Amino acid sequence: MKVPGISSSVPAPAHTPFRFSHTQSLMLVFCCTLFGGVAQYLFKRCSAQTALVVQGGVVHWMALFTNYPLWTGLCCYGISTLLMVLALRDGELSLLYPVISLTYIWVMFMSVLLLHEPLTVWKVAGVSLICFGVGLLGMNGKKAAQ
Amino acid sequence: MKTPVESILLVLFASFIGSFGAVFLKWGAGRISRNPITLLLNWRLASGVALYLISTVFYLMALRKGELSLLFPMVSLGYVWTLLWSKLFFGEPFSRRKLGGLALIFAGLVVLNLGRS
Repeated sequence: MKVPGISSSVPAPAHTPFRFSHTQSLMLVFCCTLFGGVAQYLFKRCSAQTALVVQGGVVHWMALFTNYPLWTGLCCYGISTLLMVLALRDGELSLLYPVISLTYIWVMFMSVLLLHEPLTVWKVAGVSLICFGVGLLGMNGKKAAQ
Repeated sequence: MKTPVESILLVLFASFIGSFGAVFLKWGAGRISRNPITLLLNWRLASGVALYLISTVFYLMALRKGELSLLFPMVSLGYVWTLLWSKLFFGEPFSRRKLGGLALIFAGLVVLNLGRS
């Protein structure tokens, strides 16, 4: 019998374990690859900006601190890692791994469009092989984590 | 911009160091307890993170010269190392799928290098 205003006999646990659904895990990994791709682009930009520290034997600390692409890149990288860990907690590894290799495709797009690197058949073939390889590695049908 | 050999070697070296980062993280993760202090005093975890950071420095040095579209996929050599160490240090079995995946990644790396000229 339900009596309004009186709480049920079983109290809610202090922290209910929250689980992401399949689709949510996939979305998380998808976002992870986007952040990961942008991080790579920013890394390339930052390394081109000379600021990786040593010039003529002198360490330029200020240049390191003001190297904004480096710090934004590291932030994106951190976010991407966090998203991946969250997704891997609840998602099926075999489903998520192939999505992870999307990063290679984003990086390829950005290299060509933003950094004006040439797109060659070799690169497309090589990256495709790597994507399939990474996908296959994940396909052990095991649940991720525990 | 042609990608110089030293950039490629730096990326491969970074992936090698990074794969040891994973080994130390795994080693340390097995010893995590509920006490958060043990997390901070866990030198294995700390070494894992440090190795990752060092590998990032080498990776950034590699990126200074050369094409991102070539150098980034080469990081995937790390998968090959990691599988090797998993077998060696943790006794995780090789499956036919894993070997197939490794072979594909390796072939991809070779193809990328062939197209470099």
